[in-house]
Amino acid sequence: MPCFAAGGDHPRQGGSLNDLNSWHEDSIVHELSIAQSLLEIVLEESRKHRMTKVRVIRLQVGELAAVVPDSLMFCFGMISENTVACGAILEIEAVPVVARCSQCQLMFEVENHVFSCPECDVPVMDLVSGRDLSVMSMEGEREESDGAD
Amino acid sequence: MGQIEVPVVRNILQANERLAASNRRRFQEAGIYVINLMSSPGAGKTSLLEKTIDGLAGQLRMAVIEGDIQSSHDAERIRTKGVQAVQINTEGGCHLDANMIQIAVESLELENLDVLIIENVGNLVCPAEFDLGEHDKVMILSVTEGDDKPLKYPLMFQLSSVLVINKVDLLPYIHCDVQLIRERTRQLNGNQEIFEVSCTSGSGMDLWLEWLKKKVQGVKDQLSRQGEA
Repeated sequence: MPCFAAGGDHPRQGGSLNDLNSWHEDSIVHELSIAQSLLEIVLEESRKHRMTKVRVIRLQVGELAAVVPDSLMFCFGMISENTVACGAILEIEAVPVVARCSQCQLMFEVENHVFSCPECDVPVMDLVSGRDLSVMSMEGEREESDGAD
Repeated sequence: MGQIEVPVVRNILQANERLAASNRRRFQEAGIYVINLMSSPGAGKTSLLEKTIDGLAGQLRMAVIEGDIQSSHDAERIRTKGVQAVQINTEGGCHLDANMIQIAVESLELENLDVLIIENVGNLVCPAEFDLGEHDKVMILSVTEGDDKPLKYPLMFQLSSVLVINKVDLLPYIHCDVQLIRERTRQLNGNQEIFEVSCTSGSGMDLWLEWLKKKVQGVKDQLSRQGEA
């Protein structure tokens, strides 16, 4: 979920243009801080692999993660200008919420936010996936090899 | 130019999580119990803090870190109670992160504390995503916000060890079904402790304070067991 749907502290009321501007800045800042961490990882990995251009970045985002893909893409596009990742496409794979029962060890997909074991009917806190927020791989162009590898 | 695909497999929030782990070690070494207190704006975070400070006066040594987008209003409210309070202004940021806490903690004497409460920025979404190194996430839902909130903000309800339902003194005047809140949050987190309180009338505060004291004692007991081992 993006911040602007958050019921947050963002100043929505008060009609001046100033208020409106500050609301727009605030409204994307949560995905923005995630986009910044993502860009740091992408730039570090691209240096490591001597990439001159990053075209595709593959991500896994859990269905329980408080991140809206569109908002993340927008923020990433904005901050990656003038870097090797400028124009890169974010391919986002949604990861289902999977939990494990501590009594019977059953792994099951959590549907409709019901976090209890379908077999034992006990509350389940052990999440196997669903809060993921990971860079899985990158695709792009590499410097011409000088023959070393 | 050669085309390549490289595997990465890195958690995007790893920097925050490393700092949170370091905060957690710091809190454990100092033997203090730490809460990350979250809610939407106006649900009663600062009011619950004020009542908690009053209720624990002379029993536990408390400090508060106040997270707000702007102003030091809340920290001043807390300081008038004679409790150490550090204000963090996020200048637009919708949540606190572990780095902000690491810096704020430097101005507190952790060794002279029993409990630290971090009041997060008022928001039901983003704060849930960022680990600060706390022992427990505690959230407040006020009855005026409605009984549909567990359905709309599942992550925060799922991660919070405690749900404080505040403003129950207003129940006669509004349409809010507390039993429905209980059922909906139970589905997300069946182990959650739920307290129904009114910070205005003081009702229900005793159970919350008892729970808090037990948690603080638990951290102390753990520390002394480690000392003996």
